[in-house]
Amino acid sequence: MAVAAPARDLLSPREVDPVFYDRFALSKRTRAIAWLVLGAILIAFPIVITNATAVSIGVFTMLFLLAAVGWNIFSGYSGYISIGHAVYYGFGQYTVALLILHLGIQPGAGEIAIAPLGGLVAAAVAVPVGFLVLRVRRHTFIVLTIAVMFIFQLLAFNFPSITGGSTGMNVPPPLWTGTHFTMPFYYVALGTAIVALVVSWGIRRSKFGLGLLAIRDDEDRAKGLGIKVTRAKLIALVTSAFFVGVAGALYAPFVGQVFPQFAFDPFYDLYLAVFVFVGGLGTLSGPVLGALVLGPIQKYSEIQFGATTLYLIVYGVLFVLILLLLPRGIVPSVADRYRSILASRWRRAEERRAAATAAATTAPAGSEVGYQRGGV
Amino acid sequence: MLVLQGIIDGILAGGLYALMGAGLTLVFGVMEVINFAQGIIVVLGAYLTYVFSTHIGVDPFVTLLITIPIMFVFGYGVYELLLRPIKRDRVIMSLLVMYAVAVIVEGVLDLAFGGTLVQVHASYVNKSIHVGSLDFPLIYLYAFGLSALLLALLYLLLYRTKFGRSLRATTQNPTAAQLVGIDVHRVSATTLGIGVGLGAAGGMLFGATTAFNASSSYDLISRLLVIVILGGFGSVWGAMIAAIIMLVVEDVVAVVWSPVWGQTVFYLVLALVLMFRPEGLFGRRVARAQ
Amino acid sequence: MVGCEPQVSLIDVEDVSKAYGGIRALDGCTMSFEDGRINGLIGPNGSGKTTLFNVMTGYEKPDGGCVRFAGDEVTRLSPDRVFGRGIGRTFQLTRIFPRMTVVENLHVASQRGGGFWKELSRWSSPGERERTKEVLDFVGLTRLATEQAGNLSYGQQKLLEFACIIIARPRVMLLDEPAGGVNPTLLRHLASRVRELNAEGITFVIVEHDMEFVMGLCDRVCVMHQGRALCAGPPELVREDPLVLEAYLGTDMREGASTVPGVSELGGG
Repeated sequence: MAVAAPARDLLSPREVDPVFYDRFALSKRTRAIAWLVLGAILIAFPIVITNATAVSIGVFTMLFLLAAVGWNIFSGYSGYISIGHAVYYGFGQYTVALLILHLGIQPGAGEIAIAPLGGLVAAAVAVPVGFLVLRVRRHTFIVLTIAVMFIFQLLAFNFPSITGGSTGMNVPPPLWTGTHFTMPFYYVALGTAIVALVVSWGIRRSKFGLGLLAIRDDEDRAKGLGIKVTRAKLIALVTSAFFVGVAGALYAPFVGQVFPQFAFDPFYDLYLAVFVFVGGLGTLSGPVLGALVLGPIQKYSEIQFGATTLYLIVYGVLFVLILLLLPRGIVPSVADRYRSILASRWRRAEERRAAATAAATTAPAGSEVGYQRGGV
Repeated sequence: MLVLQGIIDGILAGGLYALMGAGLTLVFGVMEVINFAQGIIVVLGAYLTYVFSTHIGVDPFVTLLITIPIMFVFGYGVYELLLRPIKRDRVIMSLLVMYAVAVIVEGVLDLAFGGTLVQVHASYVNKSIHVGSLDFPLIYLYAFGLSALLLALLYLLLYRTKFGRSLRATTQNPTAAQLVGIDVHRVSATTLGIGVGLGAAGGMLFGATTAFNASSSYDLISRLLVIVILGGFGSVWGAMIAAIIMLVVEDVVAVVWSPVWGQTVFYLVLALVLMFRPEGLFGRRVARAQ
Repeated sequence: MVGCEPQVSLIDVEDVSKAYGGIRALDGCTMSFEDGRINGLIGPNGSGKTTLFNVMTGYEKPDGGCVRFAGDEVTRLSPDRVFGRGIGRTFQLTRIFPRMTVVENLHVASQRGGGFWKELSRWSSPGERERTKEVLDFVGLTRLATEQAGNLSYGQQKLLEFACIIIARPRVMLLDEPAGGVNPTLLRHLASRVRELNAEGITFVIVEHDMEFVMGLCDRVCVMHQGRALCAGPPELVREDPLVLEAYLGTDMREGASTVPGVSELGGG
């Protein structure tokens, strides 16, 4: 099928299926290369950069990345914005702290190794919480998730015998020094984030993920078409909780202390929401972009200005500017731009081709319904 | 008996929270915006009262004449500048924007006043009326009275004025309201102004009854959100009744058990109620269906 | 096809009532829709057609009466169960998933049943792709396959909604005002598709106001008025029935009317 090709051959020989090949999106090959390059950069980062603070910020960023991808699995795909995921973050932290305390785990690799348990506990907590919060929609849902988080925060304060109350719990960090301390955390966090991304990708490709997207668009219709919405939302929530829980579980030994207000931290969810929003809610790369760009900025500002109240003001103003200027997030906006450029180029090529054919034959161009957009 | 005192305290405090929450629920009803900044608005109102009453030397209630208009303008301006431009994902975007506003205001207040706890002073603040063994703190009585007055004025506004009718129409169906010529944006901006103004009035009362600083807003906004959901988003009656119920429950539990448990119960009650009635006590069924 | 022979009815509505506050949308409605036919359902505004659809498909629970599908009662089933039984339905205000592509919309509609583990598979296996392409070609939306459904024109969205029902291989399709806001070309296209599907054995029940569309397409027409069935029969007989005219126009034309053969009266108006 010879095409008067524009500068770029949009009909890749590999996939000529017009229905399933989205010719206006980046090719699979380009995308795969981009991900690999990104992965390589992230893996090389702590080896190349030796500044301890930088790598430390890197660890926090990786944890943000992990949590952001996890959060997106639920809120991004299902459209239910949860500002109470700090529950799972907190459970991840406290689980690890309690296990270390009661099982007498020595400071060291063991503390990191039990991180998945933190995730599992968080996931288990997500089940009853899910049963409660998933009964309501939209605004009530958002606020209810916050309320639930505050309940747990207050419970953490109120049971000092278990949680140490407001004095928190000590989690003796591993006795490594310098980069030998930060690197293991970095790579474990990165590794888990990669796992989370793979899961997110798998969900997006599966029928299950399709169901979630349908729920996001029109839950009642999705239900009417036979999708088991409650089950889908719950599973997404539990999966999401697992990853956020692991993020907390890694955070605890890294930082060394667990406090109720920082474990069940209302700010935390807002960071996650902003990261994912800026990147692009519900997309695969959105949370990655958002966490990698904004995470370091957030942490750095916290370190630099955290002690002063100027930090709050600067953060707030930045926040507002980002929200107003990038309402859809970077990834969707860029993807749309790219798409419309390609689409108009393709359309012009098609018109040229149709004109050439019409000159040759007398068959009317485009007798299919829907050929001309907007003409129906 | 202590429980009765707890109930009285709860009712009186409930009136105060009803005032603060009314603004929140009204704003939600008209434009589906969760005003996360309401907590810090209250604190801002408290600080303004503190400043005016100490520097100008007038009674805190009189400062309301200055504070409420200022805050009204503030709310109106916030809507026009920050909320009106939001076109997509209104729910979450407006939530995040209002949260950002809250953070900024908190930062400014913290910068200006530091972390020291202050309280608005007036001659009657620590006096109370005694009936038998029961205590009726004067300031709380005045607070309740003012709340009742302002809420009554709100009722008049909503049900006896043209603006109120426009507001109610917008709450029920913004598109239809626009079709009959109601400027939905102006109504929304004005509503935010009113909501903020009411919050600031509540702030004055809050400042007179509690020691506060810039960080007091977190506790406030969480409670207000609980009250508003319980009462049902958009229902001012609901907010009032929920405020009184919640505060009574909290105070009774605080007396019978412990103050910390009182706080926790606050949220537990919400969780329980929502399990059986997701739209709150008086909410529209919007909460359940999409 | 005029016929006085009794046909097998696929859907039976028996004495269904539904009231909203003081308004009785359905008032002891009894009618049946014949298997294998294109059934039309007409009636003036407020006669209860959409409410009847809602009751039949589980979006509303009736206050009384029952609905049977191939003999089984389906009255209080939830919409997804109804869909699972093979009853597909479109809406007056076209509903599609705006943020998903056309292809994704179709795939969501084709998931019926299957356990959880099946859901983890790729959302478009080769077999499903074939079916999707088939349906896309059938309605003529192939070129728009990767477009976001929200970007389509209204008519195209209607076709998409239509396609989403077809892909699930229903036994009967209920179309709620498919001709609303649609240009004549598209309407003809739609009508021809309906006939083709009917020839393959799918039963239709179509609610419509566009008389030409209904009379030209349907084998059999049921008329509703004020929440009850008025009469039913072949289109050319129904359109002449004075009771039907009276229901629509409100004039009393009873005198002078004679019983017309082939029209069965199923209850007073």
